[in-house]
Amino acid sequence: MDFMVFQYPMITIQACLDGILLGVLFALIAYGMALQWGVMNIINIAQGDLVILGGYIAYFMYLFGIHPAWGVIVSPFIMYFVGIGIYKLVINKVVDRDLFISILATFGISILFMQLMNFAFGADVVLANSGYGTTFLFDSNVVLPNSKIFSAVVSIVFAICLVIYMKKSKLGRAIRATAQNARAAKILGVDTEKVYAATFGINAALCGVAGALISITFTIHPYMGLPYTIRSFMIVIVAGLGNLPGVALSGMGLGVFEEFADYLLGTEFRIGSVFLLLVLILVYRRFKLSRKREYLK
Amino acid sequence: MNKNIILYAAILIFGLAAPFIFPAFKVQLSILCVLIILAVTWNIQGGEMGYNSFGNILFYGLGMYLCASVQVGMFFPLAEWTESGGEKTFVHTPTQFFQGMAVGLLVAAVVPTIVAGLIGYSILGLRGHYFAICTLGLGVAAGEISGGIEIIGAGQGFTTPPFPNVGGLEARGEFFYFCSFFALVIAFVTIRAIYSTRFKLILNAIRDNEDKAEAMGIETMKYKIIGWMVSAFFCGLAGGIMGGLVGYIDSTDVAFDGREMGVFMVLMAILGGKGTLWGPIIGATVFHIFKEGFWTFFLGWQYVALGVLIVVIVIYFPEGIMGWLREKYPERFGEVVDEADRKAQVELK
Repeated sequence: MDFMVFQYPMITIQACLDGILLGVLFALIAYGMALQWGVMNIINIAQGDLVILGGYIAYFMYLFGIHPAWGVIVSPFIMYFVGIGIYKLVINKVVDRDLFISILATFGISILFMQLMNFAFGADVVLANSGYGTTFLFDSNVVLPNSKIFSAVVSIVFAICLVIYMKKSKLGRAIRATAQNARAAKILGVDTEKVYAATFGINAALCGVAGALISITFTIHPYMGLPYTIRSFMIVIVAGLGNLPGVALSGMGLGVFEEFADYLLGTEFRIGSVFLLLVLILVYRRFKLSRKREYLK
Repeated sequence: MNKNIILYAAILIFGLAAPFIFPAFKVQLSILCVLIILAVTWNIQGGEMGYNSFGNILFYGLGMYLCASVQVGMFFPLAEWTESGGEKTFVHTPTQFFQGMAVGLLVAAVVPTIVAGLIGYSILGLRGHYFAICTLGLGVAAGEISGGIEIIGAGQGFTTPPFPNVGGLEARGEFFYFCSFFALVIAFVTIRAIYSTRFKLILNAIRDNEDKAEAMGIETMKYKIIGWMVSAFFCGLAGGIMGGLVGYIDSTDVAFDGREMGVFMVLMAILGGKGTLWGPIIGATVFHIFKEGFWTFFLGWQYVALGVLIVVIVIYFPEGIMGWLREKYPERFGEVVDEADRKAQVELK
């Protein structure tokens, strides 16, 4: 099996390019994860399900005859309000509590969303056809669907916009202040409750963008949420909170890893290898830190 | 003390007589026993040790696959068995079935324990939410990977050996009920014995402040691993029994079912009250009655109800039933209450 990688360099190039384009998308989702983790100290297990929900919005636009690429604009708007709704109903009650409570509560939301989507949209694997065609490279040995390139470009644009927004706008400053020290921010007149709601909304909107892009480039299915959560969690712990280039790089690295796992081990082990990689990364970090008698916290 | 003995005797007699009193609910009662085992053993690390694991489903599924594989593999070629799917060309004689089951359950309990011991050192070094997510990843990875292994049925599933034709129609239910009830009794006695020793205090010390416990000279890692191994032993045993009871093993829907069993065990322990001996038992019973009683009304909406239930319990009821009782009747729990202090607290509320 592994001889393939060396004997057919084209497969290697194909896997690398696929992985990098995919990884940009993962990085976008992970950025949302890092945002809410840093600001609210919450690990959102329902992250992946928000992504899938965003994907279904784009898919429905496609069904109604609108080009699914417009989903990139529409889905974050809808998802922003979904995010605010989730925050008002559930998340604001777990913000200050034990982290495990928030993990379990969002796990409940995840199950709820999974099943509601299953009822509403059916258990079929769906795909919104963008009709963008494909690009052939290296004597058509490497095949790249244009939709993947499109999705990577759009993710980068959104990420850059968000970074500028966080740096320049008033809300962005408030969010960063709350992340640094919520109490001090409150004393200085920041309405932290509003900031939390906005953070969760922005995170959901990012998930909406990513979901719309995923519905164009890959497939969506109600039960496919959890792997996206795990991927973004993994990217965040590898890169660290607030390390944007790190998030982008580790996202691409994860994408490439997945493509190679897909080629070498077979598609049925793809998701399994992602979860196993998470365990390995955590264990590696744990041993590295335990030499200094520290631990992950 | 005397009262306790009478209570335990009453429960034991009720447990032994239950399948004959409620013959229609034998399967439900066996599932209840398995659920109680899972909740009580989850409570060892989740409640007492403060290590909230989503990954005990790993041992449960492992036990399930191991028990069935041993039961088949002892007498027949395993690969041909799984390949034939539902249409069996091999039939277990009663002796073979029971022998296989006995050895299978032993293996199902011992191997997960060893696995827990081996991975314990690496995994239990993580703390808090890292531990929770890591174990979640372990459980899902096990499900995905076992779904790709041919010899145990891959995506097609694994049919466990059918119960041999002895003792009439009722025998199957009774056999599995007594298996699970016996396992529950062993689990309860073991855990009760553990909880009355210094071991429990050490686990509680780890939960309250691990660094301080270590500074006091306790080898925390050793006790954490032992705690996890006890948990894994009974999870594997419960999985083995459940595999035989269900009769069909699928990698992600039955064995490594993180969406159902994996969450149930956490939920039951929290519902009853983490960190108490009786809490998880009460929680599991209430949960099972609720699940079986109302699940049919939700018809297809079970998972929606489950999601809502998780959110509601976690947000509004994190102390559980035992925690609520403790707040209401602190005297029963051996707490000395200062009446004036209590009044002041009530007024404050």
